[in-house]
Amino acid sequence: MSDEIEFNTAGVTKKFMYVNRKAPYGTIYALEVLEAVLISAAFEQHACIVFVDDGVYQIKKGQDTDAVNMKNFSKTYGIIAMEKEDADEDDDIDMVWRIIVEQESMEARGLRADDFVIDVEVIPSDKLAVIMSEQEIVISG
Amino acid sequence: MIHTVNKSPFERNSLDSCLRLSIKGSPILLLEDGVLAATKGTSVSEKVAAAQSDHPIFVLGPDLQARGLAEGDIAEGITVVDYGGFVDLVVEHGTVQSWL
Repeated sequence: MSDEIEFNTAGVTKKFMYVNRKAPYGTIYALEVLEAVLISAAFEQHACIVFVDDGVYQIKKGQDTDAVNMKNFSKTYGIIAMEKEDADEDDDIDMVWRIIVEQESMEARGLRADDFVIDVEVIPSDKLAVIMSEQEIVISG
Repeated sequence: MIHTVNKSPFERNSLDSCLRLSIKGSPILLLEDGVLAATKGTSVSEKVAAAQSDHPIFVLGPDLQARGLAEGDIAEGITVVDYGGFVDLVVEHGTVQSWL
């Protein structure tokens, strides 16, 4: 039997970006990125969660997946947004989270900032490109 | 940061999104079906040529060969690299963003 691996991540904080570019339910990409986001939260890492292209549909209001027999994971983003608020208010937690929607992708799909299940920063592509270039680890799907 | 694109520009918008969300100067590596964007005389050639003024563009040789494409089929200014060259690019530029 192998020894249990220990991860000592205390004090190690990196800038992560999660780039969501696929609509939910058609493929597994969106759910896989969400799993990674949740792990990132557990390890108290900095994270920018970004929605680009069809990824913006992942957080659209009013999703009802009952008839397709799949889990409506837009609700999980609601919980992530709540965790973010807690972290923002707690001085003991050194974890900066941002939830960003690319303006061009949103507008191209006829959506507005109040169409989403969570509060988001709507940022144009040129500014988002700069934020992306400043990340240490980018996970995309 | 280095950007990679592995989807055909004729089928997906991965290359367009990459060009929209990459800062000037950051290199772009085309691989797998993404190598099709590097070929001459296509409907996206002008776009790729224009992108070259902002980004060094690389294409993965083994993926070209697999698709029957030779260096002569590749647009001017695009650099063909092998797997070793891919590794060198990642070592040099650090963070990788994959446009899937």
